[in-house]
Amino acid sequence: MNQYIGQDIEIIDVGMHYEGSPKAALNNINVHIKAGEFFSFLGPSGCGKTTLLRLIAGFLDPTEGQIRIGEKDMCRIGPNKRPTAMIFQNLALFTLMTVSENIAFGLEMRGVSLDKRRKKAEELLELVNLPGVGNKKVSDLSGGQMQRVAIARGLAVEPSVLLLDEPLSALDLKLRQHMRTELRQIQKRTGVTFIYITHDQGEALTMSDRIGVMSADGRIEQIATADNLYNKPNTAFVADFVGANNSFMATVKTANNGHAVVETSFGFLTGINPQQLSSGQQAIAFVRPEVISVLEESKSEENTIKCRVKNISFEGAFVTIFLDVDGKEAFIMRRHNDGTSLFPEIDSEIDVCFGTHNTRLLADGACFHA
Amino acid sequence: MRKLRQDAIRQFGTFGILLILGTVGFWVICMILLPQLIMIDYSFRPFLPLREIGGPEDNYTLKNYMVLFTNEFHRIIFIKTIWASVIVTVTALFVCYPISFYLAKVAKGARFSLILVGLIIPYWINELLRIFAWQLILSDAGVLNQFLLTINIIADPINFRAGNGAVIMGMVYAYILFMVFPLYNAMESLDRNQIDAAHDLGASWPRIHWHIVIPHAKPGIAVGCIMTFMLAAGSIAAPQLLGSPSSFWFTQIIYTNFETANWNQGAAYSMVLAGLCLIFIFSMMKIFKVNLRAIAK
Repeated sequence: MNQYIGQDIEIIDVGMHYEGSPKAALNNINVHIKAGEFFSFLGPSGCGKTTLLRLIAGFLDPTEGQIRIGEKDMCRIGPNKRPTAMIFQNLALFTLMTVSENIAFGLEMRGVSLDKRRKKAEELLELVNLPGVGNKKVSDLSGGQMQRVAIARGLAVEPSVLLLDEPLSALDLKLRQHMRTELRQIQKRTGVTFIYITHDQGEALTMSDRIGVMSADGRIEQIATADNLYNKPNTAFVADFVGANNSFMATVKTANNGHAVVETSFGFLTGINPQQLSSGQQAIAFVRPEVISVLEESKSEENTIKCRVKNISFEGAFVTIFLDVDGKEAFIMRRHNDGTSLFPEIDSEIDVCFGTHNTRLLADGACFHA
Repeated sequence: MRKLRQDAIRQFGTFGILLILGTVGFWVICMILLPQLIMIDYSFRPFLPLREIGGPEDNYTLKNYMVLFTNEFHRIIFIKTIWASVIVTVTALFVCYPISFYLAKVAKGARFSLILVGLIIPYWINELLRIFAWQLILSDAGVLNQFLLTINIIADPINFRAGNGAVIMGMVYAYILFMVFPLYNAMESLDRNQIDAAHDLGASWPRIHWHIVIPHAKPGIAVGCIMTFMLAAGSIAAPQLLGSPSSFWFTQIIYTNFETANWNQGAAYSMVLAGLCLIFIFSMMKIFKVNLRAIAK
């Protein structure tokens, strides 16, 4: 599969403002996607991620900034002349053609002979684990098979960059999870740069080398690997959007050495201060439910909260415990079910604790509220 | 079928059903079938003076149909009518394809409505008046000649109505909607992403149309062509009003026959024209590989 050559994509200060629209769809986007990378843009619906993908594909031209693919400025180069191929959300297979004809369409447009086209189509069907369906009609395929045909059709033109617009959203859960692994494998095998957009964080976190989280107003909030995004969110939006998180409204009291102490409605908390908030600023303290545990003996380096167990929800592999402070529903903690440990009883008073390094203090800003 | 009957009775009542079936049946039998059968009967009988009708001379014969082969003038007109109707159809197709595509896949909101209204409003005016309007434009003292004379491009008025040009133009204008709507209908159902996907895979605009849009719009093209051809071949107003003696239309011969009381000859020619239209329909279905169901859609 050495015929594929992934290329860098540089998105420089890109802004997009649709004519007649009151606000910009995209603001000041800066990303450098490396050759052969699996990069995802993750964001809620309406955040402009499809617009961004269409800008890279060449269906739209940005109103500001520049998009470069392999060092070359793509301004005014149409989608048929760019080294990209797109997988559409609804796949957009050509319903009047056979599977082979679909896959070979791009090659036909490039004047490749019929024999070579047939051969290539078969090769690609092998690659996507779907041999021998070349002569079938598209309508005779199942959802997962159509998916693979769409990917094969995109790869047939040997693109440097494959653009995927939520292609798994139409599949059922099992198939979707299976296709994640498969997409990742295809990407590894071919070395093509994949740009994947989705609102499903599970997809983004499992498949991507790096993820760019976009906020609802068309900005990039953070670009990071999956674990950094989850463990070290840099903005309140990311902390809230990616994974489950407890958030406590707080005011910064003192700040030094990358840490800060904040005051919340149930006492003082110490946490990491990545944005260098200073004393007096409004902040939100984020604590993941799984880092909270029941306090057994007092440890000075940890935050502790006295609370009451309001409810317990058993979910098999883990247990979610809903906690109250002074009768107000406050936060949740999540414990692994190792089969032996006892969980606190409902209505019992407990002390919970969490490490200061697991407490992230972020400026109070636009949050994602599902 | 039984369920259909029960549903119908529940909705309209037995009396209602009988009323609907009765009126529709009367309409189909008395207004459509019987007149056509009488015409067929007429077409196989010789043209006789009134008192000999029903007499010993009044036998079934193919004579009326044979005239088409023996009368050279009629034969030439017949072939020319087919040919000119094909030209009208093809011209209408070329004119309407971009309009339909624009309407179906490009235009949005106010622009879409504007074009649609622009296409429909002329059809609120009687067909005769629309053709008369063309006469005003194309005649020797008409608007176009006046304009060309004023700006000194020509010294003498041009006789635009000399050949078949004016008739064909008038017909294309008159039947544009019958081509636009079937095309629009077919194109509208095409997924815009398929066009984008083809573009993305390297297809230029002409090839996108050739490989994606036209195959998808085939049933619409077939329907549009059938409608336009039948209307053109059966048109009487346009050749009568816009034509010159050299642009005689087959319908005009039929008309003259009925006018001169030779209903038998007229009926035979009508049948020939109807047969021609049927042949055209079936050959269109064959060429575009569409079946009746696709056309009905």
